[in-house]
Amino acid sequence: MILQQLRRRTPLGWIQLRHNKTRLLVSIGGIAFADILMFMQLGILNGLYDSNTAPHRQLQTDIVLVSTQARQLTNLLSFPRRRLYQAMDVPGVASAQALYINFIDWKHPETRQKTAMLVVGVNPDTKAFDLPAVNQSLDKIKLPDTVLFDRAARGNYQWVIDQVEQKRTVTTEIERRTITIAGLFELGASFTTDGILLTSDQSFLRLFPSRQAGQVSLGLVQVQPGSDPEAVVEDLNAYLPQDVKAMTKQGFVDFEKAYIDQNQPIAFVFGLATTIGFIVGIVIVYQILSTDVNDHLAEYATFKAMGYRDRYLLGAIFEEALILAAIGFIPGVGVSLGLYSLLRQVGALPIYMLLLRLVLVFTLTVVMCSLSGIVATRQLRSADPADIF
Amino acid sequence: MQQPVIHIQHLNHYFGEGELRKQVLFDINLEIFAGEIVIMTGSSGSGKTTILTLVGGLRSAHSGSLKVLGQELCQATSQQLVQARRRNGYIFQAHNLHCSLTALQNVCMGLEVHGNLSRTKMQHRAAQILAEVGLGDCLHYYPDNLSGGQKQRVAITRALVSYPQIVLADEPTAALDSKSGRNVVNLMQQIAQEQSCTILMVTHDNRILDIADRIVHMEDGTLSSNTLSLDAA
Repeated sequence: MILQQLRRRTPLGWIQLRHNKTRLLVSIGGIAFADILMFMQLGILNGLYDSNTAPHRQLQTDIVLVSTQARQLTNLLSFPRRRLYQAMDVPGVASAQALYINFIDWKHPETRQKTAMLVVGVNPDTKAFDLPAVNQSLDKIKLPDTVLFDRAARGNYQWVIDQVEQKRTVTTEIERRTITIAGLFELGASFTTDGILLTSDQSFLRLFPSRQAGQVSLGLVQVQPGSDPEAVVEDLNAYLPQDVKAMTKQGFVDFEKAYIDQNQPIAFVFGLATTIGFIVGIVIVYQILSTDVNDHLAEYATFKAMGYRDRYLLGAIFEEALILAAIGFIPGVGVSLGLYSLLRQVGALPIYMLLLRLVLVFTLTVVMCSLSGIVATRQLRSADPADIF
Repeated sequence: MQQPVIHIQHLNHYFGEGELRKQVLFDINLEIFAGEIVIMTGSSGSGKTTILTLVGGLRSAHSGSLKVLGQELCQATSQQLVQARRRNGYIFQAHNLHCSLTALQNVCMGLEVHGNLSRTKMQHRAAQILAEVGLGDCLHYYPDNLSGGQKQRVAITRALVSYPQIVLADEPTAALDSKSGRNVVNLMQQIAQEQSCTILMVTHDNRILDIADRIVHMEDGTLSSNTLSLDAA
């Protein structure tokens, strides 16, 4: 019945849009622009969260143990290694291993300039990260003073990467020790670190004479198959002394995000920018629709004089709004995908299109156009045939 | 006895509210029977167009009685007015065609409002009647590409395509040269005869008075000569 009526109906909104090609192009451009703004802000926000939590998400673990004083990955402080052995007492825990993390100044192997890198010391006999490039090179870092280098580190390391890929030995200096770069992996820079150096726990302790093997930065706890990490986390927190806290891997990611939100209001800034994109869209679409309604006021009044209801004309305006939303969205997505890939290459930001974001921005676009449509239809009231003729 | 199609008794109408309220129609009485062509003349501001808009259901009359096709339109609700509008064809001084719609689509809009024909049937009938008025070659022209007379012919076709029982025309020839104007009224007369519909036309144009069965004259909101015959004019 409704379908039948739709087929009978003259697609007035679409016809009006199509008739004025310039206005149609301007509208598509405007909506695409608003969509691009929203896509970029949301994409960059997500990319920043992702790049700042990349090491967390690549940890091969179910649960982490950190000091109660811990603030974020690069500022964990340390806790006694004994807590890891105690954790083994808790039912459901399969294994617990230590990670040592600290900042250090190293000299750029090519330019010899000093920059801060985050050194992570792992037990080379276990797999701390879910990174094949790391796990294949664990034997290499069993040699003393040997590190794996983060190829996505901030800065110009192309020469280093080329040398390592060609199996040439690259050495540099840290704390007056000669360090060999034996392999590469990829995690990326974050707000607080330019890059990560991965090494064995033994080499780590040699680089930091003040750190003791008994004081660890991060504990990685594997649960036994079939155990629920959430439940084990609760048991660990209940059992272990107050100087450590346990959280799931996702909890650790959220912990980092919460720290970012607290110290760098990126969610607010990018959320605000997204809102501005949304408002810009409303203004543009409103301008277009209200100009269109104004141009057709006499025709609309004529239709009313012929016996068309307001509903029919409202329908035509909403039809315009929704068509604009749909056809403006397509170039918006296209350009955003291009800009995403540009940002990945130039900005080293892990920024990808997500289905959820597509749905979100499309919904926002429809809402944006509908709101403009509602405001624009207020002018319809002035299309009173009795006043116009 | 035959019932009048348009039956106006003691009709009063006002514009404005409160202090500014001004009476524009005073005790109008008019009966128009089926098939009649009635022309209403009078100076501007005399209230001709107001009567036309009241009969056409574009606004609701204030007091008295206004029956169109048996339905009382005085104090009618907007819902009733919308229904009333669908029963007559309204021709405006300007053609008021939708500039984004072709001639054929514009005429189809006159049928679509009734909601009883399929799309193909609507297009078929619209094309047929456009051909009858000599616009068969211009079906898919946009109004911008038609001459003034052609546009007014499309507008008349749009008003008449659904075979209304009443046609209301507000100075349909005002924007046309004498030849096109003549063509337009001839067309109206011809279709009125074919469809046996009633025409109430407001005009200043003395050149077209000859098509009228009856001429009524408005002056300062009163209908001065209800029974003026063509011979007397």
